[in-house]
Amino acid sequence: MTPLPLALAHCLPELILAAGVLVLVLLGAIRGRESDGPVTEIAAGLLGGAIVVILLGGKTNAIVFDGAFINDGFGRFMKVLTLAGSLVTLVMSRDFLAAEKIDKFEFPILILLSTLGMLMLISAAGLIALYLGLELMSLALYVLAAFHRDNIRASEAGLKYFVLGALSSGMLLYGASLLYGFAGTVSFAGIAETINGKASLGVVFGLVFLMVGLAFKMSAVPFHMWTPDVYEGAPTPVTAFFITAVKMAAVAITLRVILTAFPGITAQWRQIVIFLSILSMVLGAFAAIGQANIKRLMAYSTIGHVGFALVGLAAGGETGVASVLAYMAIYLVMTLGTFAGILSMRVSGEGVENISDLSGLARTDGVMAFFFATMMFSLAGIPPLAGFFAKWYVFNAAIQARLYALAVIGVLSSAVAAFYYLRIVKIMYFDEPAPAFDRPALAPRIVLAGSGIIVVFLFAYPGLFIDATTAAAKSLF
Amino acid sequence: MTISLAQFLIVAAILFTLGVAGVILNRKNIIVVLMSVELILLSVNLNLVAFSAFLGDLTGQVFALFILTVAAAEAAIGLAILVAYYRNRGSIAVDDINMMKG
Repeated sequence: MTPLPLALAHCLPELILAAGVLVLVLLGAIRGRESDGPVTEIAAGLLGGAIVVILLGGKTNAIVFDGAFINDGFGRFMKVLTLAGSLVTLVMSRDFLAAEKIDKFEFPILILLSTLGMLMLISAAGLIALYLGLELMSLALYVLAAFHRDNIRASEAGLKYFVLGALSSGMLLYGASLLYGFAGTVSFAGIAETINGKASLGVVFGLVFLMVGLAFKMSAVPFHMWTPDVYEGAPTPVTAFFITAVKMAAVAITLRVILTAFPGITAQWRQIVIFLSILSMVLGAFAAIGQANIKRLMAYSTIGHVGFALVGLAAGGETGVASVLAYMAIYLVMTLGTFAGILSMRVSGEGVENISDLSGLARTDGVMAFFFATMMFSLAGIPPLAGFFAKWYVFNAAIQARLYALAVIGVLSSAVAAFYYLRIVKIMYFDEPAPAFDRPALAPRIVLAGSGIIVVFLFAYPGLFIDATTAAAKSLF
Repeated sequence: MTISLAQFLIVAAILFTLGVAGVILNRKNIIVVLMSVELILLSVNLNLVAFSAFLGDLTGQVFALFILTVAAAEAAIGLAILVAYYRNRGSIAVDDINMMKG
């Protein structure tokens, strides 16, 4: 047994968010006004504080709270990504929310609660902790999706997300109950010990149901059907949050569950992961082609990118995990930049979200067009931008694991996907200009430029980045 | 007559299947979907409690208590979203949830 103060020190980032969010709820209620006031600033401060605590805090790995909570290098890496995603989304969405008149103080509070759930999820070392983290995250996300409650599309998005999210939680739980019954324990390490190479039918069933639930949360095909509708209907800042922070947490817990609870039955889970990965890459590449709405296009794009990340997981081993971590980090930067651009798409005070609204952007706002085009090139995986290296790492890991067919399908679908990213660039640079956008707020502009610079210059300093992912991946084995 | 673990698992599996079928096949009313989700969670609880009793291990019952708590919160949020949706759309028929497609 770890003494309580020591155990609490291992979950200091979670404690900061949990205590902070309670204070903010009171503050919001006592102020009695609807607008967000200082709540957003304090929430951003808490998220930043949690990042600082993780970066400067102890680097010791430990399992505390009776085997429910694990603090390790992998968790710290993914937590920093998740927190950074939440923080940037929160900061850059403020002006958008104010313009749409939904800048209520509940927004930062829900973002904080959901982020707290993600941190607990990433650090889960057992099925109970996994479920509680997942639900804390999801319950806040259901409300966030329907946050623009007078808007019919947002409330429909919230309803769809709720129904399918609850169904997927149910599937995951059924898998968890079977795993508990047939392995006799809820801790991942204990399950791995019981399985030890030969899995009973019950355990395999449990694994399949668990994977279905996690695939729903990652939006991997064939459990993606909610994704386009929810991402299109939800307010744009919420969509950005879904695509950045939530994706990080979902991929992180999938890696952790599979690699720490089922290392003994690699052949069984690898089939499932390869199946999900191929379908996601192919559907993500083809279904996005005909889309007119940029948020819907990004939804299909994220399905494809989850497929690419799963290639690294299918490869397994330290190289595979390190490649997934690198992929997710780069993907986070690219999507934050892209959504900073999408948040700036406003014409005479109204938000617009069709791809045709970007027509001729190069002539009306050259700087934004340049950085947005950089993001598109990077998402497509054009060298020497960061997106190319992300794909290179995962395909390299797949080839080292002798998954040649998977790597070939990945490269082909990435070539197909390049079509729709490049089409956006063509529309921005060669089409007749649509009405010019309003002068965008400062925060999205800085985020777009910042991620553009990171994406362009990552190839110059890859060493530091690669060391971090390798060190984080080591702690899973 | 004692009831074996397999019998508990079969009942839970039937309840789970009914719940999933209720979510997927139902074309009338969202409330039925919410009820089906509850059915899924109850089948999971039955599973956990049966396993817990037969393994002689309390963890499963603790898990079941957590699930009950979370299910209550989930139902509250689901109904709140449903009310917000009804105010905008004036209907809660499953076939009317079709503003976005493609």
